[in-house]
Amino acid sequence: MTKPSENSVIIIGAGHNGLVCAIYLSIAGYKVRVLEAQDIAGGGAVTSEFAAGFKISGLAHLFHGLDPEILKDIGMQSADFELGPEIKTIALAANGNHLLIGKDSVTGAGLSEEDKQAYKEFKQEYYDFAKALKPLLLNKPPRLKNMDKADKFTFAKMGWGLRFGLGVDAMREFLRVGGINIYDVLNEKIENSHLKGAISVDAVMGHHMGPRTPTTVLTYLTRLNGEAQGNLSAPKNGMGRVTELLVNYAESKGVEIQCGATVKKILIDEGKATGVELVSGEQYKAPLIVSNADAKSTFLKMIDVCELDAMFAKRINTTRTHGSVAKFHFALDGLPEFVGLEASDLGNRMLIAPDMRYVEHAFNHSKYKEFSTEPVIEIIFPSVHDDSLAPPGRHVMSVLATFAPYNLKNGWDEQERRQFTNVVLKSIDEYAPGITSKIIASELVTPIDIENKFKISGGHWHHGEMTIDQSFMMRPIHGAAQYNTPIEGLFLCGAAAHPGGGITGIPGRNAAKRISSLDRAG
Amino acid sequence: MQSYDAIVIGAGHNGLVTATFLAKAGLKVLVVEKNDHIGGATVSRELHQDWKYSNCSYVCSLFRPEIYQALDLGRHGLEVVPLQGSVTFKQDGDYFGSYHQSPVRRREIERHSKRDADASIRFDADLMKWCRLIRSFLLTAPPDPGSLKIRNVMEFSYLLKKFHSLSESQIYEFIRFFTMSIAEYLEEYFESDVILAHFSGGSIIGTGLGVYSPGTAYVLLHHAMGDVDGNVGSWGFARGGMGAVSAAIASSFQAEDGEIRTDAEVGQILVKGGRAVGVALSGGEEIYANTIVSNLDAKRTFLKIMDRNDLPEHVVQRAENFKIRGSSGKVNIALDGLPNFPALPPRSPLTLGHIHFTDTLERLERAYDDWKDDCWSKDPYVDLVIPSQYDPTLAPPGKHMMSVFVQYCPVKPEGGWTDQKKDAFGATVINQISDYSPNFKDLLLHAEVRTPKEIEDEVGLTEGNIFQGELTLDQLMFNRPFPGYARYRGPVKGMYMCSSSTHPGGGVMGAPGTNSAREILTDLKRRDTTPEDFGDD
Amino acid sequence: MPSTIIQDINQHNFHEVLKPTPFHPRVDHDCLTKNWMDWNGYLTARTYDTLAAEYFAIRSSCSVMDLTPMGKYRINGPDANKFLNRLVTRDVSMLRPQRVSYVVMCNDEGKVLDDATIFHLNEGDYRLCCQHHQLDWLMISSLGMDVSIKEETHDIAALAVQGPTSASALKLAGIDEIGQLKPYDILHTQLHGFEVMVSRTGYTGDLGYELWTSPDNALSMWDAIFEVKQKGFYDIRTIGLSALEMVRIEAGFILPGDDFNTAETAIRADRVRSPYEVGLGWVVNLDKPNFTGKRALLDEKKKPIKRRLLRLEVSGNKAPQDSFLYAGKGGKRIGTIMTQIWSPILKANLAMADVEFAGGSQPSEIWAEIYYQKELEWRVSWAKGKVWNKPFWSHPRRSASPPDSY
Repeated sequence: MTKPSENSVIIIGAGHNGLVCAIYLSIAGYKVRVLEAQDIAGGGAVTSEFAAGFKISGLAHLFHGLDPEILKDIGMQSADFELGPEIKTIALAANGNHLLIGKDSVTGAGLSEEDKQAYKEFKQEYYDFAKALKPLLLNKPPRLKNMDKADKFTFAKMGWGLRFGLGVDAMREFLRVGGINIYDVLNEKIENSHLKGAISVDAVMGHHMGPRTPTTVLTYLTRLNGEAQGNLSAPKNGMGRVTELLVNYAESKGVEIQCGATVKKILIDEGKATGVELVSGEQYKAPLIVSNADAKSTFLKMIDVCELDAMFAKRINTTRTHGSVAKFHFALDGLPEFVGLEASDLGNRMLIAPDMRYVEHAFNHSKYKEFSTEPVIEIIFPSVHDDSLAPPGRHVMSVLATFAPYNLKNGWDEQERRQFTNVVLKSIDEYAPGITSKIIASELVTPIDIENKFKISGGHWHHGEMTIDQSFMMRPIHGAAQYNTPIEGLFLCGAAAHPGGGITGIPGRNAAKRISSLDRAG
Repeated sequence: MQSYDAIVIGAGHNGLVTATFLAKAGLKVLVVEKNDHIGGATVSRELHQDWKYSNCSYVCSLFRPEIYQALDLGRHGLEVVPLQGSVTFKQDGDYFGSYHQSPVRRREIERHSKRDADASIRFDADLMKWCRLIRSFLLTAPPDPGSLKIRNVMEFSYLLKKFHSLSESQIYEFIRFFTMSIAEYLEEYFESDVILAHFSGGSIIGTGLGVYSPGTAYVLLHHAMGDVDGNVGSWGFARGGMGAVSAAIASSFQAEDGEIRTDAEVGQILVKGGRAVGVALSGGEEIYANTIVSNLDAKRTFLKIMDRNDLPEHVVQRAENFKIRGSSGKVNIALDGLPNFPALPPRSPLTLGHIHFTDTLERLERAYDDWKDDCWSKDPYVDLVIPSQYDPTLAPPGKHMMSVFVQYCPVKPEGGWTDQKKDAFGATVINQISDYSPNFKDLLLHAEVRTPKEIEDEVGLTEGNIFQGELTLDQLMFNRPFPGYARYRGPVKGMYMCSSSTHPGGGVMGAPGTNSAREILTDLKRRDTTPEDFGDD
Repeated sequence: MPSTIIQDINQHNFHEVLKPTPFHPRVDHDCLTKNWMDWNGYLTARTYDTLAAEYFAIRSSCSVMDLTPMGKYRINGPDANKFLNRLVTRDVSMLRPQRVSYVVMCNDEGKVLDDATIFHLNEGDYRLCCQHHQLDWLMISSLGMDVSIKEETHDIAALAVQGPTSASALKLAGIDEIGQLKPYDILHTQLHGFEVMVSRTGYTGDLGYELWTSPDNALSMWDAIFEVKQKGFYDIRTIGLSALEMVRIEAGFILPGDDFNTAETAIRADRVRSPYEVGLGWVVNLDKPNFTGKRALLDEKKKPIKRRLLRLEVSGNKAPQDSFLYAGKGGKRIGTIMTQIWSPILKANLAMADVEFAGGSQPSEIWAEIYYQKELEWRVSWAKGKVWNKPFWSHPRRSASPPDSY
């Protein structure tokens, strides 16, 4: 085997963060090889056929676009992604009095003028808060002791932004609400319980949290950061198209992407990462190894535990990574009819979350390892925007249902899967009577399936709960929160790293910057 | 017309503490109290003939020894007797006990899990680290992040210096502790269900959160950082009931020529020309002073006894949004004898301490779920003590007084409280106790059932919240009670706050009252009579 | 009967603050002072009779001490060796069966949790003996490894038989092969028909052995040893923790928890100590594969040492108990005495001292400020200290093979 060149990098996992990281590093002059276990790049952002002629996005099904900062850095345009029209949210009401919720306005029967105005102000205020968080998101999380120059600069920028960007009153408000729950905040601001229910979904979907769980303001702000990136849309040809664009772009920059290459272990010599070994036995050597896998997979599956200190391994092992969202794919022989909606409305994102109490009740079950008997549901029909996803006249329906805990008491056996499917269909049927008769085929992806298929421990969307104790300089755990790890030459670049999940590409970008700056410093 | 230097509204323990420190500095101080007795929530009441109930707060631990010493409470009649041990009964007939003797305590943990016995060493050391850090912030006003004043910036750097006394990994671990749920925090140490449940209970007492809610791990400190004679985390009974605490402070106050008027409810704080000038009692009488201190909670202070027109609009809004949810009830019981707990071996000392009946985290969390739906917990978490085992002044010889604190109980069940619902709530508690003590019901002579409604109506705690405001991140430190008003000064000149609605919050601690007095004396350029933190280095 | 002494763990006895060991009937009989101490929750004698006699039994004839309270863990399974080598700072991968090794365990930050001895009982089967309770740390360290860890403190009764005549006494008691044991060797043998494990180990710096058996045989083992005395051969004397403290300091052994704060119990960030800082650099092997704390120790090694636990002989006859140490008489304060004893053999005050090393080097002078009292009158004096890099006292008989025969 030839000696690896000094600037070669191996990235484990061709999810969007791995690809973004690869592009950055390649532009910076590294020789980058990306190894992907699946036969196709993309991780969770893939499009696959789940029934003959019916295609669907694998994990995420909606997209705000990559962070504009990243597009600028790597020289891509947001137009490259051929994002569809802006998708709004329809909060479904059984009686047909739906709410149409946009980024900064809301309409609907029975909604008071005060609430319309309150929603507008609330969103503006919270966009400002999200913006104040941005310097923290776009930098490596600063350490709280033994800070380097960059850390001090990040703090100074944050502090300045809070004190003088937001102003004293807004800063005080930000410091007040930063650690609390969305339930209290919404109750302070908005009357309409249906609207509050719908907003709270954005704070809890993908997390093991209910509206009353403290830190849901923070998860909501994370979501708003996505919204600020661009309009919510369903990309043409599904999320797989986004990946395809990134792959092509990466390859044009000289990145080598190898699919069907499952990494068995990371090779370590005298505490330094030296390469990887594939399941096939093949070895690749490089002085820099970057893992886009979650922290548990990286440290506890790909590394001999002896290479880690005992408490470090324990802390990785106790990170909370239990997913709570199940995804359903339905092949339909036509668009269903929703009470009070036109067929043209079905291009939007529909939510079943009549009020925050409903959402909280749905969450209660998951604490006891049960699925919600009345789940919170998000429905889209990607085929409305893109007729390539289903045969003519037919449609695909993509449904997110929470809470469906990874660690279901009885396990996700056939019976439980069938029961949960019935629960979800019964809920949808209340708003779209007769929908079941249109179903030709279906697929259920539980957190267990996500774990198996996408190799994400616990099947957690965000590679780990985004509570404060697992965020910022504690993500995934302190000691590995600045993208570098105790193993010299091994880095994290996925959602397990700061600032966490969502299709933003920021972890990949920050990791790449960190790698080149450490490399320069020698 | 009478005139004073300062008027303190509410003769609860914090009000009395503030008043005494002001009087010590030579001010002429009046304390006005709406009830016919003083004490607020630190009272002993004879509600059944010959029985004295500590019918609100019931144990003493957090009260700062610095304040105790400065007010000379021992010579004013206060005696705090340390309480021994605690027990959680299990549904399977076993129990988990916590003993004072450390080898005995260790072996009892070992009986449930050998690993947990060793993990408790790590847990104790970690908890002590956080106690040490937090304790040094108790007797100071929280610095305001919005202020660039020199004193404020200096206080901030003191706080940062304290943080820096920790190692880097300890800083992160502290932040984790501060933001995690008690259940998940404990699960990083322990494996046994009953041990997890036993140690979690303290974290939900008085809060509208569950054991799995982030932010509850920190509440544990509110119960663990007190000290009785140097044993950090120990609890004690005030001899004569909790009323003895307020009586001793009142005695200290009166020794400084302070004046207390009971049956004197304040209708309004009088404001003229943008400054507080006195109070008007509900009867119409007006009393004047240049310094007015409210010991009422933030909601009552700003929404009930102040005129909206005297206040900035955002303060009114903050007060309206102040989270002060009642979540606790109480049952005070007169007993014909000591109840028997057959699960315990003969002559067990465990009934001398706290008694609990909730043995799993799931039961604790489900108790919270009930409350979220405005119901009292069907299977509540209780903290039961029988102080008359130590204190002969509480009940006739051979008879006993039992105090049962109950978590959770809603402020208002659907349709509001009725006598019937109150009885049903009481019965839930009594039935839970008698499940573990077969002779309990036979011994029952009298029971006083208190829901948040009674606590609000009688004591004046809004919604019956025992901490005068939730202890969540939005209402702690520089956010307590409101951002920008955490330094005890009200929005009107000459008007101050000293209640548990201010930093460092609830518990019979006396720290808010002391900190408030210090800020008032600073403004008045008077001698500081408040004590300094003893420190533990 | 021993089985009633080892209390059923399911029947918690809150009346019994300290637990008796399986030897308790004999210990209680011999302990005239009834001066009990708590050692890991067990009833342990501080002194039995006269401290001087106990000390000289160790140094001139034969002493017996009840070691049962020592924390004992049984470790085996496919990854046992790997587990241990990652647990401790020393390379124990080549530790042969029937051999013992002295080791140190650190946390991730490279701070000492405890010292310990690893007994490789038989191929792949180990016993770890610790000063403190370590099950929690062992379980944490076992994550991802195929290893079984069993706490067996209650299940193994142990005696230390130490002193110049210990080999002869044990031979007379019936252990014929005792002479073959080299230091740190293990022997599995029979004594009066029951199984005993003998190791040539100890904490006294003298010739000595430790005997391990099932609690059922504890009293028979005790009686077998003391029978030798009954026959009139040698004085064999029970010793308590006070005599042990004297000889272990003479021999230069450290005691975690007394000489320094162990990392797990430390509350203040500056109270933890690395192996280098407690003079255990010699058991740290930075060339072996990763072990917990290795990265931190590699970093520490690059910087000048900040402080060290020193063996300090303090001149004069005033006990430097709890004394502050200064860089000169009345100079800058640089440390404190942690533990100290009067050595009857050396006629000197011997101490373990925690001393700051400004600029990474040992202070050129160390003075102790000693407070002492005569007839309840307190006085103060100064005494100069001398640093010993080696044990204060060592004797060739400790490692003589074969041992001296009497």
